[in-house]
Amino acid sequence: MVTRSRDIAVLIVVILLIWQGLYQFTGTGLLTAPLDTFARVLRLLGTPNFWPHLHESASAFLRALAIAVGAGLTVGMALGAHRLSGEVAEPILVALYSIPKVTLYPVVLLFFGIGMPAKVVFGAIHGVVPIAIFAMNAVRNLNPIYLKTAQILKLGPWATARKVLLPATLPEIFTGLRVGFSLTLVGTLLGEMFGSQRGLGHLLMAAIGLYRMDTIMAITLLLVIFAITINSILLVVDYRLHRRV
Amino acid sequence: MSRAGWIRVSVVVAAVAAVELLCQGGIITRFTMIPPSEMVVALAGILTSGRLTPAIVRTLRIVGIALAASILVGFVLGALLHALPRVRRTVDPLFATYYAIPIYAFYPLFIVLFGLGDVPIIIIGFLLAVVAMIVSTLNGFDRIPRALLKTARIYRMGRVRTALQVMMPCAAPYIFTGVKLAIAYSFIGVIGAEFIMSGSGMGYEIAFAYNNFDNKVMYPLIMLVLVLVTIINMFLHFWEMILFERRRRG
Amino acid sequence: MAKGEAHVTLQGVTRVYPGVAGQQPVHALGPLDLELVKGEFFSVVGPSGCGKSTLLDVLAGLASVTDGAIRFEGVPIHGRVPDGIGVVFQEDASFPWLTVEDNIAFGLRQNSVEAGEVRRRVDHALSLMGLKDFIRAYPAQLSGGMRQRVCIARTLVLEPRLILLDEPFGSLDQQTRLLMGDELLRLWRETESTVLLITHALDEAAMLADRIGVMSARPGRFLEIVETGWPQDRDSRIVARPEFGRITGRLWSHLRVESLKALGQDRPPL
Ligand SMILES: Nc1ncnc2c1ncn2[C@@H]1O[C@H](COP(=O)(O)OP(=O)(O)OP(=O)(O)O)[C@@H](O)[C@H]1O
Ligand SMILES: [Mg+2]
Repeated sequence: MVTRSRDIAVLIVVILLIWQGLYQFTGTGLLTAPLDTFARVLRLLGTPNFWPHLHESASAFLRALAIAVGAGLTVGMALGAHRLSGEVAEPILVALYSIPKVTLYPVVLLFFGIGMPAKVVFGAIHGVVPIAIFAMNAVRNLNPIYLKTAQILKLGPWATARKVLLPATLPEIFTGLRVGFSLTLVGTLLGEMFGSQRGLGHLLMAAIGLYRMDTIMAITLLLVIFAITINSILLVVDYRLHRRV
Repeated sequence: MSRAGWIRVSVVVAAVAAVELLCQGGIITRFTMIPPSEMVVALAGILTSGRLTPAIVRTLRIVGIALAASILVGFVLGALLHALPRVRRTVDPLFATYYAIPIYAFYPLFIVLFGLGDVPIIIIGFLLAVVAMIVSTLNGFDRIPRALLKTARIYRMGRVRTALQVMMPCAAPYIFTGVKLAIAYSFIGVIGAEFIMSGSGMGYEIAFAYNNFDNKVMYPLIMLVLVLVTIINMFLHFWEMILFERRRRG
Repeated sequence: MAKGEAHVTLQGVTRVYPGVAGQQPVHALGPLDLELVKGEFFSVVGPSGCGKSTLLDVLAGLASVTDGAIRFEGVPIHGRVPDGIGVVFQEDASFPWLTVEDNIAFGLRQNSVEAGEVRRRVDHALSLMGLKDFIRAYPAQLSGGMRQRVCIARTLVLEPRLILLDEPFGSLDQQTRLLMGDELLRLWRETESTVLLITHALDEAAMLADRIGVMSARPGRFLEIVETGWPQDRDSRIVARPEFGRITGRLWSHLRVESLKALGQDRPPL
């Protein structure tokens, strides 16, 4: 744990040094330096009209995540429990996972119109597939001996679900949720970068037009820090869950 | 084909037929979506007229460049990192959380830095693909059983021979997985970037058609991208099956 | 036995695995002295985790000793694999991307043996190991025991002067195990090689070996070296002899205490 924290610290320092080096190398105000960018992030957070955008992105993301998790878990578990359906659906899910989903965005826009619903749907489309795939595999690969043991021990259906099914499938399902979280974020943001009037993605695109490098870098940094922080927390939980099995 | 296979085909056909009916029946208006049958006809027209061929070629070329670079760089970096465990331990956290980073967020930055040409798009495709390749390469080398490496030493094979005759064949299935992922990711990156902002390419043409309410171009193009990528993935899947079939248990 | 020319000598051989990332170093083996006579069949038995595979690694030059010295044919081995040694590992080491035939020929081709000779030796090994019907099969299509036989064949075709085997029959059923033992004895007599066989099966050691080294719980040392006194042209039928029971009984009287130690229960329960 100690060495790991040290590794991470070293990594962060190295990345910041490379960034600073690039800044000095490219010269004249093309990039902004790490320190200036952090300062700019703080200033952005202090700007009143930044908050509605942040709020817009956050609520789009959370709604998309809720849909992705709900639909992904339901579909995934159902497919895992019913072997034939799982067999039918798996290649389709895998195919959906590796297509460039961005091409579907215009379709989503035409069906839902520009605005919050389209963003939410598009974010959910990204997240739902991995969550479903992982949940399906978690249920499908459940060792039948666990269920037999539960029967021998005369556990009722509720106790079986809570004491056997849940702990046995949770690690895989959680991995799916972690991946789904990241992809939902990617999807929501992509949705905001195209044909949207609000949100961080929109601010990012607007800054290109204004050639505001400092804003671009500050928002990018903010998003990256957010994504990495949450993912790291999820990774730690993921690791703990997997170590138990 | 297996029973599941037949059912799968039927499900897909039924889904397409349902969409066709909804469109024909006017429940889905033409402003929202054109019927799949019309998409196919329009696509044939687009392809034969050659009007969008430059865009298609351009996208494929950019994907090709990003892909080749990511496979090459990813493999070399993966092999290097495997040989340098100390460095690897340090960069591991980055790999673990890499795909949580919305890489597209860097696209505006690259546009400002490199202009609206091919370069920022290639970089996005490359960045998305390269880490999958690195991680798969590392994974492949990690999974070489110790007994096989010991066997190479018992035969007194040198480093190069061990690498070529034991390590590479052993890691090959994982490296192939890396290539498969790299292909999917470079398509996702390139078409996504073209879509958000660029002056040509399939992603751009889709966005352009959308902005002009030109569903007769947009839908065929979307279909083309999805079908193309799916065919490539299926081809790779079958190729993989054939290549490594004899090595699977069961 | 135990007379004649020394083929391998071990003096004060010790191996300590360095503790990585804040772990305690593990003293796995020794100090241990042993002399293998040219052409003898030596067997090693010992409780799980006592350092048997570690002994094999240092003998083969796959790992270096922390202390002490090993000589093979008069030349020191120190973490370098010498010529003339063949090893069958405890784990499956068949190459999954090669057919049975190519696996067996692998070492010969490495040494650029001429093709006709490769053919001849591989054919011989195939029939010896009962793999004739599986020439073009891949390891994934074989059972665990068959894969181990591929590894044995791959080692034997090189005609090593010293053969080290680490639980080669671990995944075989008892009957096949006995028959494979007979094959091993026949090969040993034919090739006049020196054999060191690591096993956890006391009866296997008692039936095959001229001498049996009984190892203590970790760090492994020899508690006793038991001489079986079998004639050279023995086979598995000796298990019916009364001496066989005496030898296995003797091995177990040592190993029972040591195995309990290895399990962390120093005091034998009742
Ligand atoms: N690479 C290693 N690093 C650290 N310790 C090791 C390593 N390999 C083995 N050990 C330790 O050395 C001891 C002896 O291991 P070894 O594999 O030689 O036992 P063994 O007698 O072959 O056991 P078994 O009968 O189970 O195969 C064990 O306690 C093991 O934990
Ligand atoms: Mg062992």
